[in-house]
Amino acid sequence: MNINATLLGQSITFFVFVWFCMKFVWPPIMQALGERKKQIADGLAAGERGKHELELASKRAAEHLHEAKQKAADIIAQADKRAAQLVEEAKGTAKAEGDRMIAGAQASIAQETVRAKEALRSQVAGLAVAGAEKILRREIDAKAHADLLDAIKNEL
Amino acid sequence: MSTEALTSSEYIKHHLQNLTYGKLPGSDHWQLAHTAQEAKAMGFWAFNLDTLGVSLVLGVLFLFMFRLAAKRITADSKGVPTGLQNFVEWIVEFIDTSVRGSFSGKNPLVAPLALTIFVWILLMNLMDLIPVDWIPQLAHLAGLPFFKVVPSTDPNATFGMAISVFFLVVYYSIKMKGVGGFVGELTLQPFGKLGLPANIFLEGVNLIAKPVSLALRLFGNMYAGEMIFILIALMFGGGIGIGLFGGVLQWGWAVFHILIVTLQAFIFMTLTIVYLDMAHQEHH
Repeated sequence: MNINATLLGQSITFFVFVWFCMKFVWPPIMQALGERKKQIADGLAAGERGKHELELASKRAAEHLHEAKQKAADIIAQADKRAAQLVEEAKGTAKAEGDRMIAGAQASIAQETVRAKEALRSQVAGLAVAGAEKILRREIDAKAHADLLDAIKNEL
Repeated sequence: MSTEALTSSEYIKHHLQNLTYGKLPGSDHWQLAHTAQEAKAMGFWAFNLDTLGVSLVLGVLFLFMFRLAAKRITADSKGVPTGLQNFVEWIVEFIDTSVRGSFSGKNPLVAPLALTIFVWILLMNLMDLIPVDWIPQLAHLAGLPFFKVVPSTDPNATFGMAISVFFLVVYYSIKMKGVGGFVGELTLQPFGKLGLPANIFLEGVNLIAKPVSLALRLFGNMYAGEMIFILIALMFGGGIGIGLFGGVLQWGWAVFHILIVTLQAFIFMTLTIVYLDMAHQEHH
């Protein structure tokens, strides 16, 4: 328990250790700890940002989906309407065509009838004339009717 | 107990004697002191090889461990820290928090200084938990007459560190406040110019008390703890019953001592930080 030069030795050792610690131990550890702290903070921030972005994206996706559904429904409705319209149109056209064809047929039937009647009429006239001629031929006596014929000759 | 038949008093004295290396008066060559009288006779120019050796080994161990961790953390700062690195980081963070809490100035020396003080003193104090006979017995086998394994039970070690801290305190006082400021602080307060002698006396005592209390607190605590271990170890020679009781006591004291060991290292460190903080601050 004597105070001796150990004191000096211990002091020198102490200063050397402190110097070494200050030069090679403390700064790198503190620097690395600081860096890691920053990294962790950054990572957490990035995670938070990612979560936020994911939320936004899922919201956007839902919106898109909704929009697409709406659009599809619209398109289907439109198509239905168009189809109904087309059917209506086709119906209309078909009816008109039918009516037209019926009208044409009726007209041509009427025409034929008229023509047949006409032909019949002319034939009836001819037959009547021929019948009359035959009757007349048997009836008419040139001598008895000479004066009549003469009268006509004179009128000419 | 030692293999030789010793009285209790001799046993205790043997355990409290450092392995001293120096020159005996009248002799011209360096040698180990084989008795306490010889060690005393060697005067100031002698070295306690056990104190220096153990503290050197522990200090190198500390720096090696921390340097290794520093290298690892620098090489792979993105990796997940494990084992030693976690431990080192934990201590560094702890010291950093202590320094930030007590030291208001800006000085890159203070934090590494605090780290060195804390870990080094803690390691030295922890030597106290090694059963008191193991190392001296090994030393005896190696032919060394004494071996005091706890450096912080040697006042040379504690005063060596305390005086170094004191030197730093004075250095930074003068650096921050100038020679005039430092001398002014010593002479002009608390009573002003008229109370100059009283001022010098009060402030002088105040200044000197710092290293003395720093060194003696650590030394006293560790010395007392070591002494109790030695006294308990004496019981092992007193038969099976007393020996067993001694074993229980030793275990209990060792558990309690873990607290003292850590606390003393922490106090030494904290006071160093506080003294250096005072050195950096203007008092007016």
